[in-house]
Amino acid sequence: MTYNKIKATFPFLFFFLALLFSPNFSLNAQAEEEKLDIGGYIMGHITDEYGWHITTYNDHHISIPLPVMLFDGGEFVAFSSGKFHHGHQAYKGYALGFTEETDGSIVKLGGNYADYTGEINYEEACPPIDHVCKYDVSITKNVCALLISIMLLCWIFLSVAKKYKEGPLKAPKGLQSYLEPLILFVRDEVVVPSIGEDKYQKYFPYLLTLFFFILVNNLMGLVPFFPGGANFTGNITVTAVLAIITFFITNISGNKHYWKDIFNSPGVPWWLKFPIPLMPLVEFIGVFTKPFVLMIRLFANITAGHIIVLGFLSLIFIFGAMSPAVGYAVSPISIFFYIFMGLLELLVAFIQAYVFTLLSAIYIGMATEEPHHEEELATEKLKTEN
Amino acid sequence: MVLLASLLTPSFGLLVWMLIGFGILVFILAKFAWPVITKSIAQREEYIETQLAEAEKIKNELSNLSKKHDEMMAQTKAERDKILGDARKISEKMYEEAKLKANNEATALIEDAKKAINFEKMKAIIDVKNEIANLSIDIAEKLIRKELSDKDKQNQLVEDWMKGINQN
Repeated sequence: MTYNKIKATFPFLFFFLALLFSPNFSLNAQAEEEKLDIGGYIMGHITDEYGWHITTYNDHHISIPLPVMLFDGGEFVAFSSGKFHHGHQAYKGYALGFTEETDGSIVKLGGNYADYTGEINYEEACPPIDHVCKYDVSITKNVCALLISIMLLCWIFLSVAKKYKEGPLKAPKGLQSYLEPLILFVRDEVVVPSIGEDKYQKYFPYLLTLFFFILVNNLMGLVPFFPGGANFTGNITVTAVLAIITFFITNISGNKHYWKDIFNSPGVPWWLKFPIPLMPLVEFIGVFTKPFVLMIRLFANITAGHIIVLGFLSLIFIFGAMSPAVGYAVSPISIFFYIFMGLLELLVAFIQAYVFTLLSAIYIGMATEEPHHEEELATEKLKTEN
Repeated sequence: MVLLASLLTPSFGLLVWMLIGFGILVFILAKFAWPVITKSIAQREEYIETQLAEAEKIKNELSNLSKKHDEMMAQTKAERDKILGDARKISEKMYEEAKLKANNEATALIEDAKKAINFEKMKAIIDVKNEIANLSIDIAEKLIRKELSDKDKQNQLVEDWMKGINQN
């Protein structure tokens, strides 16, 4: 890098570093008051929540309230999550879970608190819990992230589609030129080699949507402020839904050859199949483990990434709690690792979107694969010889 | 452990929203975005391919044309040379012919002149002969007249002639 370039980037770098250092100041005051709960802090960032927490300023939580919607006892209840006041208040008998078992969900209070609205002091008198609200369809932080990403994806691809419609033979421009290589990559490197030239068209829209959905949400998860920062693709429910869809598509489009390979695998000695159907059992379990692994892989990769990034940042707070001087000394190292992990996460965002799509495509390809012509010929030849 | 459990427990609400949201997203994109995009890309790929093939074809045609052009040039040159050669030959022939004709004419003229000269010469000779004959007749007349002036001599003469006739 030339001197001029360094000079030009320096203000930005300085601003960026200042931004990263800034938590230190607010932290010192906080650390003196109470013991740091780093585990809770990290978990708070990677789990779902009922409002979108932006920042904490002078011990005031600033967050965007999101609608709470419940089907409770046959009736539909909706109110703003702001009514909870970050768990300090109950609204019409509904409160945020305050025990270990009910943490992260909404509970209906019982007894005197059944219709209670107002402050709850958990330290003085813990209200009795009637039941946990199971059918909770609130717009949580992750649902909000989902809606934002859907709108973003629709906007991106509908505008790009419009551009394609305007001039299909024109060279791609702007957003179009960023996305076309990715679309071509998904088509030529992922879908076509896995499923085959003749059958890929049917599954291509789903796989493209899957790829960009995961990619966009992975990238949004890396943005540390609203509308990013939700650990959306690191949520097991999200990855589970994606894996379940792949599971259903795979098994619904599975042909005779696919099921035959599962229950009567070729090239396996007969004693592994006959008295005890060991291989068929293993193969059948494999039908379920494949999407299960898809679910776990994406969830674990993204969540682990977030935990590590947050962990590196928390180091500053941990050392800062010991002594501010140590905190300052540790922060450059911490920030270096934070940036390093951030870049790694950027790579992981692409890799995981790619891997999920690739494996989905491979599973679909395996399910729709026609028996090889040569194999057929070989078996026919064997039959005639016998 | 409790933390891990909360991470690994799927939540009902998100599941519902995710199914609906992702379903709608797939529907919208599969209906309005992907067909247009993939079709356009395929169309453009095909267009580029055909254009490249066409360019190749045109290139080949051009090289063919230039070859043809060269051939034609060579042919034209040969033809020109041939025409020039022919013309030269013809002109040479014409020259030769003219020369020959001129020669012939000249010789004919000379012949004619010679003939005329000969004719004139003969005429002159005849004239001279006639003149000489006339002169000799005149002389002979004069001589005869002189001879026949006396009788004796006339008789002598007749006798001579008779002698001559008799001897014959």
